[in-house]
Amino acid sequence: MPAALTLTDVVVAFGALRAVDGVSLSIPAGERRAIIGPNGAGKTTLFQAITGMVQATSGRVVFEDADITALPPHRRAQRGISRTFQITNLFPTLTVRQNLFLALRGLAPGKFSLFGQPRITAAETARTEAALQAARLIGREETEVRALSYGEQRQVELAVSIVNQPRMLLLDEPAAGLSPNERAMVAEVIRALPRDITVVLIEHDMDLVLGLVDQVTCLHEGRVLVEAPPSEIRGNPAVQEVYLGRARHAAG
Amino acid sequence: MNRGVMWLLALLAAAVMPLVLSSYHVDLATRILIFAVLAMSIDVLAGFVGRTSLCHGAIFGVATYVVIWAMAKAGLPAAPAFLSGVLAATLVAALFGLLAVRTSGVYFLLLTVALGMVVWGICLRWTGVTGGENGLRGQDMRPGFLLARENFYWLVLAVAALTAWAMQRFVNSPFGLSLRGIRDSESRMRALGYNVPLHLFVGFAVSGFFAGVAGALYAFFNEYVSPSSVAMGQSVAGLLMAIVGGIGTLFGSFIGAAAIILLENTVSWYTDRWQAVLGLVFILTMIFAPEGILGTVRRLAAPKGRAR
Repeated sequence: MPAALTLTDVVVAFGALRAVDGVSLSIPAGERRAIIGPNGAGKTTLFQAITGMVQATSGRVVFEDADITALPPHRRAQRGISRTFQITNLFPTLTVRQNLFLALRGLAPGKFSLFGQPRITAAETARTEAALQAARLIGREETEVRALSYGEQRQVELAVSIVNQPRMLLLDEPAAGLSPNERAMVAEVIRALPRDITVVLIEHDMDLVLGLVDQVTCLHEGRVLVEAPPSEIRGNPAVQEVYLGRARHAAG
Repeated sequence: MNRGVMWLLALLAAAVMPLVLSSYHVDLATRILIFAVLAMSIDVLAGFVGRTSLCHGAIFGVATYVVIWAMAKAGLPAAPAFLSGVLAATLVAALFGLLAVRTSGVYFLLLTVALGMVVWGICLRWTGVTGGENGLRGQDMRPGFLLARENFYWLVLAVAALTAWAMQRFVNSPFGLSLRGIRDSESRMRALGYNVPLHLFVGFAVSGFFAGVAGALYAFFNEYVSPSSVAMGQSVAGLLMAIVGGIGTLFGSFIGAAAIILLENTVSWYTDRWQAVLGLVFILTMIFAPEGILGTVRRLAAPKGRAR
Protein backbone atom coordinates (compact mmCIF):
# COMPACT_ATOMS: atom_id res chain seq x y z
CA MET A 1 0.00 0.00 0.00
CA PRO A 2 1.54 3.37 -0.99
CA ALA A 3 1.92 5.90 1.79
CA ALA A 4 -0.66 8.70 1.92
CA LEU A 5 1.36 10.68 4.42
CA THR A 6 5.02 10.43 5.32
CA LEU A 7 6.62 12.50 8.04
CA THR A 8 10.40 12.52 8.20
CA ASP A 9 12.02 13.74 11.36
CA VAL A 10 9.49 16.54 11.86
CA VAL A 11 10.35 19.05 14.58
CA VAL A 12 8.10 21.87 15.75
CA ALA A 13 9.80 24.13 18.26
CA PHE A 14 8.25 27.06 20.10
CA GLY A 15 11.34 28.78 21.42
CA ALA A 16 13.09 26.26 23.65
CA LEU A 17 10.07 23.93 23.79
CA ARG A 18 10.17 21.19 21.20
CA ALA A 19 6.47 20.30 21.09
CA VAL A 20 7.14 17.82 18.28
CA ASP A 21 10.63 16.47 18.56
CA GLY A 22 11.66 14.46 15.54
CA VAL A 23 8.58 12.48 14.55
CA SER A 24 8.83 10.10 11.63
CA LEU A 25 5.85 8.07 10.57
CA SER A 26 4.23 6.72 7.47
CA ILE A 27 0.51 6.21 7.05
CA PRO A 28 -0.62 3.97 4.17
CA ALA A 29 -3.47 5.21 2.00
CA GLY A 30 -6.85 4.24 3.37
CA GLU A 31 -5.57 3.36 6.82
CA ARG A 32 -7.33 4.38 10.01
CA ARG A 33 -4.66 5.58 12.38
CA ALA A 34 -5.03 6.76 15.94
CA ILE A 35 -2.58 9.12 17.58
CA ILE A 36 -2.68 8.74 21.33
CA GLY A 37 -0.58 10.08 24.13
CA PRO A 38 -0.93 12.02 27.36
CA ASN A 39 -1.72 15.74 27.39
CA GLY A 40 1.18 17.75 26.06
CA ALA A 41 2.54 14.84 24.02
CA GLY A 42 2.41 16.97 20.88
CA LYS A 43 -0.59 15.38 19.16
CA THR A 44 -2.41 18.57 18.19
CA THR A 45 0.85 20.30 17.27
CA LEU A 46 1.61 17.39 14.96
CA PHE A 47 -1.78 17.98 13.31
CA GLN A 48 -0.94 21.66 13.00
CA ALA A 49 2.30 20.76 11.23
CA ILE A 50 0.49 18.38 8.86
CA THR A 51 -2.18 20.95 7.97
CA GLY A 52 0.26 23.86 7.82
CA MET A 53 -1.28 25.87 10.64
CA VAL A 54 2.24 25.91 12.07
CA GLN A 55 5.39 25.48 10.03
CA ALA A 56 7.61 22.55 10.88
CA THR A 57 10.89 23.90 12.26
CA SER A 58 12.68 21.10 10.44
CA GLY A 59 11.89 17.81 8.76
CA ARG A 60 9.71 16.93 5.81
CA VAL A 61 5.98 16.45 5.33
CA VAL A 62 5.11 14.45 2.21
CA PHE A 63 1.50 13.94 1.15
CA GLU A 64 0.79 11.59 -1.76
CA ASP A 65 4.33 11.89 -3.14
CA ALA A 66 4.37 15.70 -2.98
CA ASP A 67 6.50 17.61 -0.51
CA ILE A 68 4.06 19.96 1.23
CA THR A 69 6.37 21.07 4.04
CA ALA A 70 6.44 24.69 2.87
CA LEU A 71 2.85 25.03 1.64
CA PRO A 72 0.41 27.35 3.43
CA PRO A 73 -2.68 25.71 4.98
CA HIS A 74 -5.10 26.61 2.20
CA ARG A 75 -2.88 24.93 -0.41
CA ARG A 76 -2.75 21.77 1.65
CA ALA A 77 -6.53 21.84 2.01
CA GLN A 78 -6.77 22.11 -1.76
CA ARG A 79 -4.73 18.91 -2.01
CA GLY A 80 -7.39 17.08 -0.03
CA ILE A 81 -6.29 17.37 3.60
CA SER A 82 -9.28 18.12 5.80
CA ARG A 83 -9.45 18.44 9.54
CA THR A 84 -11.66 19.01 12.53
CA PHE A 85 -10.61 21.11 15.46
CA GLN A 86 -10.30 20.04 19.08
CA ILE A 87 -12.15 23.16 20.15
CA THR A 88 -15.18 23.61 17.92
CA ASN A 89 -14.15 26.00 15.19
CA LEU A 90 -17.13 26.93 13.05
CA PHE A 91 -18.87 30.06 11.83
CA PRO A 92 -21.28 30.67 14.72
CA THR A 93 -23.32 33.44 13.09
CA LEU A 94 -23.91 31.44 9.91
CA THR A 95 -26.40 28.63 9.41
CA VAL A 96 -25.39 24.98 9.13
CA ARG A 97 -26.01 25.14 5.39
CA GLN A 98 -23.88 28.28 5.03
CA ASN A 99 -21.10 26.58 6.97
CA LEU A 100 -21.20 23.71 4.52
CA PHE A 101 -21.42 26.09 1.57
CA LEU A 102 -18.21 27.81 2.68
CA ALA A 103 -16.56 24.41 3.00
CA LEU A 104 -17.62 23.52 -0.55
CA ARG A 105 -16.51 26.85 -1.99
CA GLY A 106 -13.12 26.59 -0.32
CA LEU A 107 -12.09 24.00 -2.88
CA ALA A 108 -14.18 25.06 -5.85
CA PRO A 109 -13.96 27.91 -8.33
CA GLY A 110 -16.35 30.78 -7.70
CA LYS A 111 -14.77 31.86 -4.43
CA PHE A 112 -14.18 35.26 -5.96
CA SER A 113 -17.66 35.77 -7.28
CA LEU A 114 -18.03 39.26 -5.85
CA PHE A 115 -21.60 40.10 -6.79
CA GLY A 116 -23.18 36.80 -7.81
CA GLN A 117 -25.68 34.71 -5.92
CA PRO A 118 -24.40 31.76 -3.92
CA ARG A 119 -25.01 28.81 -6.27
CA ILE A 120 -24.14 25.20 -5.92
CA THR A 121 -24.15 22.46 -8.50
CA ALA A 122 -26.30 19.37 -8.30
CA ALA A 123 -23.25 17.31 -7.36
CA GLU A 124 -22.44 19.74 -4.55
CA THR A 125 -26.01 19.59 -3.32
CA ALA A 126 -25.75 15.82 -3.22
CA ARG A 127 -22.52 16.01 -1.25
CA THR A 128 -24.08 18.49 1.15
CA GLU A 129 -27.05 16.22 1.74
CA ALA A 130 -24.77 13.22 2.20
CA ALA A 131 -22.69 15.08 4.76
CA LEU A 132 -25.80 16.28 6.60
CA GLN A 133 -27.12 12.73 6.58
CA ALA A 134 -23.84 11.21 7.76
CA ALA A 135 -23.54 13.71 10.62
CA ARG A 136 -27.26 13.32 11.51
CA LEU A 137 -28.02 16.98 10.94
CA ILE A 138 -31.15 16.67 8.81
CA GLY A 139 -33.66 19.25 10.00
CA ARG A 140 -31.01 21.59 11.41
CA GLU A 141 -29.78 22.99 8.08
CA GLU A 142 -31.18 26.50 8.49
CA THR A 143 -30.22 26.92 12.15
CA GLU A 144 -27.41 29.28 13.07
CA VAL A 145 -24.56 27.26 14.51
CA ARG A 146 -24.46 29.31 17.72
CA ALA A 147 -28.01 28.18 18.46
CA LEU A 148 -27.05 24.48 18.32
CA SER A 149 -26.13 22.34 21.31
CA TYR A 150 -22.48 21.46 21.85
CA GLY A 151 -23.03 17.95 20.57
CA GLU A 152 -24.70 19.22 17.43
CA GLN A 153 -21.86 21.66 16.86
CA ARG A 154 -19.45 18.72 16.96
CA GLN A 155 -21.64 17.05 14.35
CA VAL A 156 -21.40 20.17 12.16
CA GLU A 157 -17.64 20.08 12.67
CA LEU A 158 -17.67 16.56 11.22
CA ALA A 159 -20.03 17.45 8.37
CA VAL A 160 -17.84 20.42 7.36
CA SER A 161 -14.74 18.23 7.33
CA ILE A 162 -16.23 15.46 5.16
CA VAL A 163 -18.40 17.43 2.72
CA ASN A 164 -15.54 17.83 0.25
CA GLN A 165 -14.76 14.11 0.26
CA PRO A 166 -11.17 14.71 1.36
CA ARG A 167 -8.24 12.40 0.57
CA MET A 168 -7.16 12.51 4.19
CA LEU A 169 -9.17 13.41 7.25
CA LEU A 170 -7.57 14.55 10.49
CA LEU A 171 -9.91 14.34 13.47
CA ASP A 172 -8.80 16.11 16.63
CA GLU A 173 -10.70 14.54 19.53
CA PRO A 174 -13.99 14.34 17.65
CA ALA A 175 -15.81 12.77 20.61
CA ALA A 176 -14.43 14.92 23.42
CA GLY A 177 -17.12 16.14 25.78
CA LEU A 178 -19.89 14.11 24.18
CA SER A 179 -22.42 11.81 25.81
CA PRO A 180 -22.02 8.02 25.31
CA ASN A 181 -24.75 8.04 22.67
CA GLU A 182 -23.13 10.88 20.79
CA ARG A 183 -19.75 9.15 20.98
CA ALA A 184 -21.22 6.02 19.49
CA MET A 185 -22.65 8.13 16.71
CA VAL A 186 -19.27 9.74 15.99
CA ALA A 187 -17.69 6.26 15.84
CA GLU A 188 -20.44 5.25 13.42
CA VAL A 189 -19.76 8.25 11.18
CA ILE A 190 -16.05 7.45 11.10
CA ARG A 191 -16.68 3.76 10.44
CA ALA A 192 -18.98 4.63 7.56
CA LEU A 193 -16.37 6.78 5.78
CA PRO A 194 -15.28 5.37 2.40
CA ARG A 195 -12.15 3.23 2.71
CA ASP A 196 -10.19 5.34 0.24
CA ILE A 197 -10.10 8.20 2.74
CA THR A 198 -7.12 8.03 5.05
CA VAL A 199 -8.24 8.87 8.59
CA VAL A 200 -5.99 10.05 11.38
CA LEU A 201 -7.64 10.37 14.74
CA ILE A 202 -6.56 11.94 18.00
CA GLU A 203 -8.68 10.54 20.78
CA HIS A 204 -8.47 9.93 24.49
CA ASP A 205 -11.29 7.41 24.68
CA MET A 206 -9.42 4.13 24.25
CA ASP A 207 -12.55 2.05 23.84
CA LEU A 208 -13.68 4.27 20.98
CA VAL A 209 -10.25 4.25 19.34
CA LEU A 210 -9.38 0.59 19.66
CA GLY A 211 -12.47 -0.67 17.91
CA LEU A 212 -12.05 1.75 15.07
CA VAL A 213 -8.48 1.88 13.86
CA ASP A 214 -5.92 -0.32 12.14
CA GLN A 215 -2.85 1.07 13.78
CA VAL A 216 -2.02 3.19 16.82
CA THR A 217 0.85 5.63 17.26
CA CYS A 218 1.58 6.65 20.82
CA LEU A 219 3.36 9.97 21.24
CA HIS A 220 5.20 10.98 24.37
CA GLU A 221 7.01 14.28 24.88
CA GLY A 222 6.99 15.00 21.17
CA ARG A 223 8.42 11.64 20.11
CA VAL A 224 6.95 8.41 18.80
CA LEU A 225 6.97 6.02 21.73
CA VAL A 226 5.26 2.99 20.20
CA GLU A 227 3.57 2.12 16.96
CA ALA A 228 1.43 -1.01 17.11
CA PRO A 229 -1.93 -2.49 16.17
CA PRO A 230 -4.69 -1.73 18.68
CA SER A 231 -4.73 -5.31 20.00
CA GLU A 232 -1.16 -4.92 21.22
CA ILE A 233 -1.32 -1.34 22.44
CA ARG A 234 -3.11 -1.96 25.74
CA GLY A 235 -0.65 -4.58 26.80
CA ASN A 236 2.39 -2.55 25.84
CA PRO A 237 4.32 -1.71 29.02
CA ALA A 238 5.69 1.59 27.70
CA VAL A 239 2.21 2.79 26.77
CA GLN A 240 0.83 1.66 30.08
CA GLU A 241 3.44 3.62 31.91
CA VAL A 242 3.00 6.96 30.13
CA TYR A 243 -0.64 6.78 29.25
CA LEU A 244 -2.93 4.03 30.38
CA GLY A 245 -1.13 3.69 33.68
CA ARG A 246 -1.57 7.34 34.39
CA ALA A 247 -5.19 7.26 33.25
CA ARG A 248 -5.91 4.26 35.48
CA HIS A 249 -4.24 6.01 38.35
CA ALA A 250 -6.33 9.12 37.77
CA ALA A 251 -9.50 7.07 37.47
CA GLY A 252 -8.74 5.19 40.69
CA MET B 1 -44.07 44.01 4.97
CA ASN B 2 -41.52 42.80 2.49
CA ARG B 3 -38.15 44.37 3.12
CA GLY B 4 -37.58 45.12 -0.56
CA VAL B 5 -40.90 46.95 -0.82
CA MET B 6 -40.01 48.97 2.27
CA TRP B 7 -36.73 50.12 0.78
CA LEU B 8 -38.42 50.94 -2.50
CA LEU B 9 -40.88 53.16 -0.63
CA ALA B 10 -38.00 54.81 1.21
CA LEU B 11 -36.30 55.43 -2.12
CA LEU B 12 -39.48 57.00 -3.52
CA ALA B 13 -39.84 59.20 -0.46
CA ALA B 14 -36.23 60.28 -0.84
CA ALA B 15 -36.82 61.03 -4.52
CA VAL B 16 -39.70 63.44 -3.89
CA MET B 17 -37.91 65.29 -1.10
CA PRO B 18 -36.46 68.10 -3.24
CA LEU B 19 -40.03 69.01 -4.26
CA VAL B 20 -40.94 69.87 -0.68
CA LEU B 21 -37.68 70.85 0.99
CA SER B 22 -35.90 74.21 1.03
CA SER B 23 -32.66 74.46 -0.88
CA TYR B 24 -30.72 74.40 2.38
CA HIS B 25 -32.36 71.13 3.32
CA VAL B 26 -31.77 69.64 -0.12
CA ASP B 27 -28.06 70.26 0.39
CA LEU B 28 -28.33 68.66 3.81
CA ALA B 29 -30.02 65.59 2.31
CA THR B 30 -27.33 65.38 -0.39
CA ARG B 31 -24.66 65.42 2.29
CA ILE B 32 -26.49 62.69 4.20
CA LEU B 33 -26.57 60.43 1.14
CA ILE B 34 -22.87 60.93 0.40
CA PHE B 35 -21.86 60.15 3.96
CA ALA B 36 -24.22 57.18 4.04
CA VAL B 37 -22.19 55.66 1.19
CA LEU B 38 -18.98 56.26 3.16
CA ALA B 39 -20.56 54.70 6.27
CA MET B 40 -21.72 51.67 4.26
CA SER B 41 -18.23 51.15 2.88
CA ILE B 42 -16.97 51.10 6.48
CA ASP B 43 -19.78 48.74 7.50
CA VAL B 44 -18.76 46.29 4.76
CA LEU B 45 -15.50 45.79 6.68
CA ALA B 46 -16.68 46.35 10.23
CA GLY B 47 -19.92 44.42 9.99
CA PHE B 48 -19.05 41.63 7.61
CA VAL B 49 -15.31 41.12 8.01
CA GLY B 50 -14.97 42.14 11.64
CA ARG B 51 -12.32 44.72 10.77
CA THR B 52 -12.97 48.23 12.07
CA SER B 53 -11.21 50.70 9.83
CA LEU B 54 -10.20 54.22 10.81
CA CYS B 55 -8.70 55.19 7.47
CA HIS B 56 -11.77 55.25 5.26
CA GLY B 57 -12.10 59.01 5.75
CA ALA B 58 -8.62 59.29 4.23
CA ILE B 59 -9.56 57.04 1.30
CA PHE B 60 -12.71 59.12 0.82
CA GLY B 61 -10.63 62.32 0.97
CA VAL B 62 -8.09 61.07 -1.55
CA ALA B 63 -10.92 60.76 -4.09
CA THR B 64 -12.10 64.28 -3.23
CA TYR B 65 -8.60 65.71 -3.64
CA VAL B 66 -7.94 63.91 -6.90
CA VAL B 67 -11.25 64.96 -8.47
CA ILE B 68 -10.81 68.62 -7.58
CA TRP B 69 -7.15 68.60 -8.57
CA ALA B 70 -7.94 66.88 -11.88
CA MET B 71 -10.53 69.51 -12.75
CA ALA B 72 -8.98 72.67 -11.32
CA LYS B 73 -5.29 71.97 -12.08
CA ALA B 74 -5.22 69.37 -14.85
CA GLY B 75 -8.28 70.65 -16.67
CA LEU B 76 -10.03 67.29 -17.02
CA PRO B 77 -13.77 67.18 -17.72
CA ALA B 78 -16.08 66.07 -14.93
CA ALA B 79 -16.56 62.41 -15.85
CA PRO B 80 -12.88 61.44 -16.24
CA ALA B 81 -12.09 63.45 -13.10
CA PHE B 82 -14.73 61.48 -11.20
CA LEU B 83 -13.34 58.18 -12.45
CA SER B 84 -9.74 59.10 -11.65
CA GLY B 85 -10.82 60.06 -8.13
CA VAL B 86 -12.46 56.69 -7.59
CA LEU B 87 -9.49 54.91 -9.14
CA ALA B 88 -7.01 56.78 -6.94
CA ALA B 89 -9.03 55.93 -3.82
CA THR B 90 -9.19 52.26 -4.84
CA LEU B 91 -5.43 52.15 -5.40
CA VAL B 92 -4.75 53.77 -2.04
CA ALA B 93 -7.14 51.26 -0.44
CA ALA B 94 -5.36 48.39 -2.20
CA LEU B 95 -2.03 49.63 -0.91
CA PHE B 96 -3.43 49.98 2.61
CA GLY B 97 -5.01 46.56 2.23
CA LEU B 98 -1.64 44.98 1.48
CA LEU B 99 -0.34 46.30 4.77
CA ALA B 100 -3.44 45.76 6.89
CA VAL B 101 -4.62 42.26 5.93
CA ARG B 102 -2.26 40.45 8.23
CA THR B 103 -3.61 42.20 11.28
CA SER B 104 -6.89 42.07 13.12
CA GLY B 105 -8.58 43.57 16.16
CA VAL B 106 -6.88 46.50 17.82
CA TYR B 107 -3.78 46.15 15.63
CA PHE B 108 -5.88 46.58 12.51
CA LEU B 109 -7.49 49.63 14.07
CA LEU B 110 -4.16 51.21 14.97
CA LEU B 111 -2.58 50.42 11.63
CA THR B 112 -5.48 52.05 9.77
CA VAL B 113 -5.22 55.10 12.04
CA ALA B 114 -1.54 55.38 11.14
CA LEU B 115 -2.19 54.96 7.41
CA GLY B 116 -4.86 57.66 7.56
CA MET B 117 -2.41 59.97 9.31
CA VAL B 118 0.11 59.45 6.52
CA VAL B 119 -2.45 60.61 3.94
CA TRP B 120 -3.34 63.57 6.11
CA GLY B 121 0.34 64.47 6.50
CA ILE B 122 0.92 64.30 2.75
CA CYS B 123 -2.11 66.48 2.01
CA LEU B 124 -0.96 69.01 4.58
CA ARG B 125 2.68 69.17 3.48
CA TRP B 126 2.65 68.61 -0.27
CA THR B 127 1.68 72.23 -0.74
CA GLY B 128 2.50 72.44 -4.45
CA VAL B 129 -0.18 69.91 -5.31
CA THR B 130 -2.65 69.92 -2.44
CA GLY B 131 -2.56 73.58 -1.53
CA GLY B 132 -1.45 72.70 2.00
CA GLU B 133 -3.60 74.11 4.74
CA ASN B 134 -5.51 76.27 2.27
CA GLY B 135 -6.72 73.23 0.42
CA LEU B 136 -7.97 73.16 -3.15
CA ARG B 137 -10.96 74.98 -4.54
CA GLY B 138 -12.79 73.89 -7.66
CA GLN B 139 -14.96 76.16 -9.76
CA ASP B 140 -18.17 75.31 -11.59
CA MET B 141 -17.27 71.67 -11.41
CA ARG B 142 -20.70 70.29 -12.11
CA PRO B 143 -21.73 69.94 -15.73
CA GLY B 144 -24.66 72.18 -16.74
CA PHE B 145 -27.50 69.76 -16.11
CA LEU B 146 -26.28 69.17 -12.55
CA LEU B 147 -26.02 72.83 -11.57
CA ALA B 148 -29.51 72.82 -10.10
CA ARG B 149 -29.19 71.38 -6.61
CA GLU B 150 -32.28 69.20 -7.11
CA ASN B 151 -30.73 67.56 -10.15
CA PHE B 152 -27.48 66.98 -8.30
CA TYR B 153 -29.43 65.53 -5.38
CA TRP B 154 -31.18 63.08 -7.70
CA LEU B 155 -27.87 62.01 -9.21
CA VAL B 156 -26.40 61.45 -5.74
CA LEU B 157 -29.53 59.55 -4.74
CA ALA B 158 -29.23 57.33 -7.80
CA VAL B 159 -25.55 56.64 -7.14
CA ALA B 160 -26.20 56.00 -3.44
CA ALA B 161 -29.03 53.59 -4.25
CA LEU B 162 -26.90 51.83 -6.84
CA THR B 163 -23.88 51.48 -4.53
CA ALA B 164 -26.13 50.33 -1.68
CA TRP B 165 -27.58 47.66 -3.94
CA ALA B 166 -24.10 46.67 -5.14
CA MET B 167 -22.78 46.42 -1.58
CA GLN B 168 -25.80 44.37 -0.55
CA ARG B 169 -25.07 42.00 -3.45
CA PHE B 170 -21.41 41.99 -2.48
CA VAL B 171 -21.87 40.97 1.17
CA ASN B 172 -24.33 38.24 0.17
CA SER B 173 -22.21 36.89 -2.69
CA PRO B 174 -20.08 33.75 -2.26
CA PHE B 175 -17.15 36.07 -1.75
CA GLY B 176 -19.05 38.09 0.86
CA LEU B 177 -19.90 34.88 2.67
CA SER B 178 -16.20 34.00 2.71
CA LEU B 179 -15.53 37.35 4.39
CA ARG B 180 -18.12 36.53 7.05
CA GLY B 181 -16.42 33.17 7.46
CA ILE B 182 -13.13 34.97 8.06
CA ARG B 183 -14.85 37.21 10.62
CA ASP B 184 -16.08 34.15 12.50
CA SER B 185 -12.97 31.96 12.19
CA GLU B 186 -9.82 32.61 10.23
CA SER B 187 -8.18 29.31 11.10
CA ARG B 188 -11.20 27.32 9.92
CA MET B 189 -11.23 29.25 6.66
CA ARG B 190 -7.58 28.43 6.06
CA ALA B 191 -8.26 24.78 6.83
CA LEU B 192 -11.05 24.85 4.26
CA GLY B 193 -8.73 26.00 1.50
CA TYR B 194 -9.21 29.76 1.53
CA ASN B 195 -6.33 32.15 0.98
CA VAL B 196 -7.39 34.38 3.86
CA PRO B 197 -5.02 37.35 3.28
CA LEU B 198 -6.01 37.49 -0.40
CA HIS B 199 -9.71 37.56 0.49
CA LEU B 200 -9.11 40.30 3.04
CA PHE B 201 -7.12 42.27 0.49
CA VAL B 202 -9.88 42.10 -2.11
CA GLY B 203 -12.50 42.94 0.52
CA PHE B 204 -10.51 45.96 1.62
CA ALA B 205 -10.03 47.20 -1.95
CA VAL B 206 -13.73 46.81 -2.77
CA SER B 207 -14.69 48.67 0.37
CA GLY B 208 -12.17 51.39 -0.54
CA PHE B 209 -13.71 51.64 -4.00
CA PHE B 210 -17.09 52.49 -2.47
CA ALA B 211 -15.51 55.01 -0.08
CA GLY B 212 -13.90 56.52 -3.18
CA VAL B 213 -17.26 56.84 -4.92
CA ALA B 214 -18.54 58.77 -1.90
CA GLY B 215 -15.43 60.99 -1.85
CA ALA B 216 -15.67 61.76 -5.57
CA LEU B 217 -19.33 62.74 -5.18
CA TYR B 218 -18.35 64.93 -2.26
CA ALA B 219 -15.89 66.81 -4.50
CA PHE B 220 -18.75 67.90 -6.78
CA PHE B 221 -20.94 68.69 -3.80
CA ASN B 222 -18.47 70.76 -1.83
CA GLU B 223 -16.14 72.01 -4.58
CA TYR B 224 -13.52 72.50 -1.91
CA VAL B 225 -11.17 70.15 -0.08
CA SER B 226 -8.69 70.68 2.73
CA PRO B 227 -6.68 68.39 5.00
CA SER B 228 -9.64 68.17 7.39
CA SER B 229 -11.39 66.09 4.69
CA VAL B 230 -8.77 63.37 5.04
CA ALA B 231 -8.27 63.75 8.79
CA MET B 232 -9.18 61.11 11.30
CA GLY B 233 -12.30 63.04 12.24
CA GLN B 234 -13.73 62.10 8.86
CA SER B 235 -13.06 58.40 9.44
CA VAL B 236 -14.53 58.60 12.92
CA ALA B 237 -17.62 60.38 11.62
CA GLY B 238 -18.19 57.66 9.02
CA LEU B 239 -17.69 54.92 11.59
CA LEU B 240 -20.07 56.60 14.06
CA MET B 241 -22.73 56.79 11.38
CA ALA B 242 -22.31 53.08 10.64
CA ILE B 243 -22.46 52.26 14.36
CA VAL B 244 -25.48 54.46 15.11
CA GLY B 245 -27.28 53.01 12.10
CA GLY B 246 -26.31 49.48 13.05
CA ILE B 247 -23.08 47.63 12.27
CA GLY B 248 -23.73 44.73 9.93
CA THR B 249 -27.05 46.13 8.68
CA LEU B 250 -25.54 48.01 5.73
CA PHE B 251 -28.65 50.11 4.98
CA GLY B 252 -28.62 51.28 8.59
CA SER B 253 -25.88 53.64 7.45
CA PHE B 254 -28.53 55.83 5.79
CA ILE B 255 -30.31 56.16 9.11
CA GLY B 256 -27.05 56.70 10.98
CA ALA B 257 -25.84 59.36 8.55
CA ALA B 258 -29.20 61.14 8.70
CA ALA B 259 -29.31 61.00 12.50
CA ILE B 260 -25.81 62.37 12.98
CA ILE B 261 -25.87 65.04 10.28
CA LEU B 262 -29.34 66.31 11.27
CA LEU B 263 -28.42 66.31 14.94
CA GLU B 264 -25.21 68.15 14.20
CA ASN B 265 -27.09 70.77 12.23
CA THR B 266 -29.95 71.17 14.67
CA VAL B 267 -27.86 71.28 17.80
CA SER B 268 -25.29 73.63 16.33
CA TRP B 269 -28.10 76.21 15.92
CA TYR B 270 -28.40 76.35 19.68
CA THR B 271 -24.94 75.75 21.05
CA ASP B 272 -21.31 75.70 20.01
CA ARG B 273 -20.91 72.64 22.18
CA TRP B 274 -22.79 70.42 19.75
CA GLN B 275 -19.94 67.92 19.77
CA ALA B 276 -20.57 67.26 23.45
CA VAL B 277 -24.23 66.57 22.66
CA LEU B 278 -23.20 64.26 19.85
CA GLY B 279 -20.87 62.41 22.20
CA LEU B 280 -23.67 62.00 24.70
CA VAL B 281 -26.01 60.61 22.04
CA PHE B 282 -23.33 58.19 20.99
CA ILE B 283 -22.80 56.97 24.55
CA LEU B 284 -26.54 56.51 25.02
CA THR B 285 -26.69 54.53 21.77
CA MET B 286 -23.89 52.28 22.92
CA ILE B 287 -25.62 51.59 26.23
CA PHE B 288 -29.24 51.24 25.15
CA ALA B 289 -29.03 50.19 21.50
CA PRO B 290 -25.60 48.73 20.82
CA GLU B 291 -26.90 47.15 17.61
CA GLY B 292 -27.66 50.64 16.31
CA ILE B 293 -31.00 52.02 15.20
CA LEU B 294 -31.77 49.61 12.35
CA GLY B 295 -30.27 46.67 14.25
CA THR B 296 -32.55 47.37 17.22
CA VAL B 297 -35.61 47.82 15.02
CA ARG B 298 -34.91 44.50 13.32
CA ARG B 299 -34.43 42.75 16.64
CA LEU B 300 -37.69 44.13 18.00
CA ALA B 301 -39.51 43.27 14.79
CA ALA B 302 -38.14 39.72 14.69
CA PRO B 303 -40.56 37.00 15.79
CA LYS B 304 -40.34 36.37 19.49
CA GLY B 305 -38.67 33.25 20.82
CA ARG B 306 -36.29 32.94 17.91
CA ALA B 307 -32.79 32.21 19.10
CA ARG B 308 -30.52 35.10 18.46
